[in-house]
Amino acid sequence: MTDLSQSQTAQGAAASEQPTAAGSLRRKRRIGEVIIQSFLFLCGFLSIFITMGIVYELGKESLLFFGSRQWENSNKPITQRIEVDTTQFAVSTSGFTLDIEDLIRVDEELMLITGLDETLVTVERGFDGSEAVAHNAGAVIEIATEATLREFFTTTQWNPQIGQFGIWALATSTLLTSAIAVVVALPLGLATAVYLSEYASQKARNTLKPILEILAGVPTVVYGYFALTFMTPLLRSIFGKDVVAIYNTASAGIVIGILILPLVSSMSEDALSAVPRSLREAAYGLGATRLETAVKVVVPAAFSGIVAAFIVAVSRAIGETMIVAIAAGAGPAFTFNPFQSAETMTGHIVRISGGDLSYDSLDYNSIFAIGLMLFFMTLALNIFSQRIVRRFREVYE
Amino acid sequence: MSTATQHTSREQFSSNLERRHRVGRIWFLLFQASMVVGIVALTVLLLNIANSSFGYVAFHYGNPPEEFVGEGVDIEAAPKEDLIAILQDNISPGLFARFESERSFSSRSQANVYDLVLDYVLVPEIDAQWSLLQSLNQRDEIQAQVGAEFPDSIVEFQSWVDYDFIRSPQSSFVEIAGVRTAIFGSLWTIGIAILFAFPIGVGAAIYLEEYAGDSLINRVIRTNINNLAGVPSIIYGILGLAIFVRALEPFTSGSVFGIGDPTTSNGRTILSAGLTLGLLVLPLIIINAQEAIRAVPSSLRQASYGIGATRWQTTWNHVLPVAMPGIMTGTILAISRAIGETAPLVVIGASTFIQVDPDGPFSKFTTLPIQIFQWTARPQNVFRNLAAAASLTLLGLLLSLNASAILMRNRFRRRL
Repeated sequence: MTDLSQSQTAQGAAASEQPTAAGSLRRKRRIGEVIIQSFLFLCGFLSIFITMGIVYELGKESLLFFGSRQWENSNKPITQRIEVDTTQFAVSTSGFTLDIEDLIRVDEELMLITGLDETLVTVERGFDGSEAVAHNAGAVIEIATEATLREFFTTTQWNPQIGQFGIWALATSTLLTSAIAVVVALPLGLATAVYLSEYASQKARNTLKPILEILAGVPTVVYGYFALTFMTPLLRSIFGKDVVAIYNTASAGIVIGILILPLVSSMSEDALSAVPRSLREAAYGLGATRLETAVKVVVPAAFSGIVAAFIVAVSRAIGETMIVAIAAGAGPAFTFNPFQSAETMTGHIVRISGGDLSYDSLDYNSIFAIGLMLFFMTLALNIFSQRIVRRFREVYE
Repeated sequence: MSTATQHTSREQFSSNLERRHRVGRIWFLLFQASMVVGIVALTVLLLNIANSSFGYVAFHYGNPPEEFVGEGVDIEAAPKEDLIAILQDNISPGLFARFESERSFSSRSQANVYDLVLDYVLVPEIDAQWSLLQSLNQRDEIQAQVGAEFPDSIVEFQSWVDYDFIRSPQSSFVEIAGVRTAIFGSLWTIGIAILFAFPIGVGAAIYLEEYAGDSLINRVIRTNINNLAGVPSIIYGILGLAIFVRALEPFTSGSVFGIGDPTTSNGRTILSAGLTLGLLVLPLIIINAQEAIRAVPSSLRQASYGIGATRWQTTWNHVLPVAMPGIMTGTILAISRAIGETAPLVVIGASTFIQVDPDGPFSKFTTLPIQIFQWTARPQNVFRNLAAAASLTLLGLLLSLNASAILMRNRFRRRL
């Protein structure tokens, strides 16, 4: 403050020095103002930089993940000695089956299979820059597995260490917990919003809304504790201990539903309150009851706002981490049974990174690939909801 | 003929009206019930935590106090010199020397020495614990059960969250474990997050509200901030891991400045955690500050421009002072979100067991939510009580933060 008053007096002094100069009224170039404006612009621009940072880092490490090659023992030894220039050799019948185009590794040398005739394999030697050397009979053949986008999206087993890269093992449980959360939160949240906006008195609204907002402010790790120590035992006492596992997606999903309930109710309530009063009065004038006004006039008028609230809530449920990390269980499982333990995408990231994670390992790269998918899922939902809100605004302004 | 139809339609109407009102009443009850569900959920959540935070415990000492001070004497009230003597007689000289070098015994308080005696000499072991509800309803059963199963044990009503719990550092002994290091870790990370995010966030909000026109780049920035606010927090954790922990390791572990202990922390320091949380709350601070600035009436700006003030003078002297209470409230709300964040800190690698207070931005850290997570994830039931007590502490911290936000808003609100 003192700086400013000084600068103001300084300006006053400057003005009094040349009171007659006509140029003194012209706009001055003020270096300070330009610097400040540039600094403020940089602050705003940092947000773009953060987004680019997220996309770049996630993308870079994901590319490493998708390019990574894992070697798996095929339990198929070669049956004769291979000289440096042999391109055809016999293998034992045991172990995995080989295919044309498969990349195999014998000792340190990579070979590409070009022909296959029962146990007789034709290969291209010294593939990918490796050195062609002689191998003794009994050397083990290892088969390469690569994480490809196709495998990532079409298979259902996740265990990168042995070459299983099916994201659906994790994605299904994310979808399952989110679906349960949505089933809990949407009807309750919408009904709460209708009650608050259409039925409750001003006084009741002023007390009830902050109470619901407390629910939204409780840290998610506390919800996780709640899911594990209250919801799970409750479910187990209702459905039986042999039906419900200790760690299960149902318990996590229901508690996520409680977490996003205030989000749904408060955003929907905003949308409902934004509906002009004249619409309600017209409905009452036609003899509609309070329920009919609410359900047939106000809710349809606020529909896009409510849909936007739902989408934001779904995106929040998908990204929710601690509740599922605590209550949904460890270990990927491709299951649609809500009473069984299944690890979600976020839960997997937490478990993998909770241990000692070494850089550039497969696990390290895999969390970036999962994170990238999570980022795009929530980003798509958020952009979609913003589009809907923007359309909604156009209706009443 | 026409009167007959009128007659029936009126009858239909009134019976219909009754039905409509009935349906209306039923739905009203349903709406009210859904409202109640939310409140019930909150109540059950709080009760559930309180239920595990208090209750009876049965415990016995590995070495009973009578061996050291005689029957009927309260060892907790024994003079400090006696306690030091007990400690010296019963632990290895090396350990005693380590305590002395950590902090000399002459400068330690009696309570502190007692903690060491409790920890290393008496070694209390918990046999069983009961929840608050059980403790209130089944007092006699508990006494009988302890008498039968653990005849040597002492039954005591324990408040898991108390002054000792907040004051003590972490310990592998449940009986004396506390959250002191975790609270310090939380405060340090949050402090760094505020220092980083507040100036940048308010700057960005000023730019967007006072300077930015409707150009393409400004529209992109606006949309982008809204999208960033919706990014799951764990993504920020992954970003923090890649940038602060890995790429900027020399900086975040302090080796650039020649301080810190790079061999142990590997960039997984308070500084990395604070910056990560800073990135996380930045969009929230920007959005809240934007709203506060937008709420300043434009007549104020026009009056300022009218007397010849520049844009920055107007902003600094007139807009910001009026908007500041709103900005502070929004920032405190954003900060209370950051205090409860767990996932990003797990990803960037919070340490789980830390006994010494963090001594700067380059030390390893743990935070309250991390402690709750760790204790909840343990299979032994007794750690659940610690998790509940830590949750209660965290909720208390958040409640006081939010209360201060409301107070600040009421106190500094200027009438315009």
